[in-house]
Amino acid sequence: MSHHTISVAGLGFAYPDGTRALDGVSFEVGHGEAIAVVGANGAGKSTLLMHLNGLLTPSEGSVDIGGTPVTKGTLDVIRRTVGMVFQDPDDQLFMPTVAEDVGFGPLNLGLPPEDVGRRVDEALARVGAAHLKERPPYHLSGGEKRVVAIATVLAMEPAILVMDEPSSGLDPRARRRVLGLLRSFAHTRIVATHDLDLAAELCERTIVMDRGRVVADGPTGAVFRDDDLLASAGLERPAAFRPCPVCGAGA
Amino acid sequence: MSSVAAGLSTVDRLDRLARQDTAVHRVDPRAKVVATAVFIVCVVSFDRYEVLGLLPFVVFPMVLAAEGGVPFGFLGRLLLLVSPFALLVGAFNPLLDREVLVQVGGVGIAGGWVSYASILLRFLLTAAAALVLTATTSFAGVCLALERFRVPDVLVTQLLLLYRYIFVLGDEALRMARARSLRAVGRRGMGMRVYAQMLGQLLLRTFARAQRLYLAMKCRGFDGRVRIARRLQLRAADVAFAAGWSAAFVLFRFIDVTSLLGGLVTGGGG
Repeated sequence: MSHHTISVAGLGFAYPDGTRALDGVSFEVGHGEAIAVVGANGAGKSTLLMHLNGLLTPSEGSVDIGGTPVTKGTLDVIRRTVGMVFQDPDDQLFMPTVAEDVGFGPLNLGLPPEDVGRRVDEALARVGAAHLKERPPYHLSGGEKRVVAIATVLAMEPAILVMDEPSSGLDPRARRRVLGLLRSFAHTRIVATHDLDLAAELCERTIVMDRGRVVADGPTGAVFRDDDLLASAGLERPAAFRPCPVCGAGA
Repeated sequence: MSSVAAGLSTVDRLDRLARQDTAVHRVDPRAKVVATAVFIVCVVSFDRYEVLGLLPFVVFPMVLAAEGGVPFGFLGRLLLLVSPFALLVGAFNPLLDREVLVQVGGVGIAGGWVSYASILLRFLLTAAAALVLTATTSFAGVCLALERFRVPDVLVTQLLLLYRYIFVLGDEALRMARARSLRAVGRRGMGMRVYAQMLGQLLLRTFARAQRLYLAMKCRGFDGRVRIARRLQLRAADVAFAAGWSAAFVLFRFIDVTSLLGGLVTGGGG
């Protein structure tokens, strides 16, 4: 059985104050797929992501990762399978040096020190941050923090990567680097983002959320050309799907 | 520069100093922590009127700072920054204890002044030693040593996270202070009431961040214990460092080295 699939069925969630953040969310993700989850602020994207690795356990409906249901009892397996990159790298990098931060997860997995060292080196090399190894995280630039945060998750060797706004707050060059990096991964990837151009370049499939529901799920190209759908979900066409503003080509 | 920014840049400087590579930096953190602990115990265990006996202890922070590349000016400024506490603690001693204790050149000095001087000296010595320890070992190094000494995990984790997030919290406070001063016209909007609200805001933000941080840690298998991979190797030189300094401190504590040296210099019997 592949560990790389996700199956969400009838997932619902209400916050203690009564706000319904998710309402009957269902979708399937196959091995190696890259999927964008888009939607306006408060559409339920982050709440959905938190269900994918058991930070929240389903109270309504179910989440299955590689055939294992997400329950309190399976959290260890689930978290080993699903790696999550948070929106703010400052929340994710809490150890005194980059190397220790990347080694935090593998050490918690109970790996021997030599293996931890190897994983740290591999993960940092993979994101092109080997030279940052001994630096304290708070002295890194925004782009550097982001790739190191990705390395901390890669070092756990997850089958599935879940990312919340991987391009937010990055300058164009850093964004381009992160995008290239994400494209190069063979993992199953779920990316929640407002950066629709990133979604268009990275993901062949897009899920649109609106007020806790899935309102569209299909090929990225088709979703981003549906102006009515985008408008009703509080979104607009990404630049790549608009006619050229200079010559009008593609209109 | 605002006081928050100044505070942050000081911590930052301490951090940069800790990343140097000198003979003192290379000493195992555990050896330095032990030596500093013995130093502090010896210094604070003196009688309350002791002043001369404390003087030889100056050697420890001085030698470590000099060998460890910690500028004396920087150290002095830091000591000045933290000194108000000690200045206040003993401030009433001269008023309460007026009994003449020693005669210097015919002038009687009250016991209160002597004990006040003793408090200040002890404060300077212990604070200097702690600062030099941090500047030559790094805060993380000290935490690591504490962890190896079986200090409870909760405490070590707290210290590690505290140090890591001082920068984040400081930056956040700095941005809030800037936003306020930009929209405060003259003195308006700078009062205590707004200040209190800002503190509350900062606390709420800290809670939210702590929550996100905890989630991020759980995602990577956090089970209540922060494991640090850094290997420590206690060499003979490290043991000698800890033992040598500790022996010196005990010697300073029980033998009046100052009078002994004075006696040697003046040729008297001590």
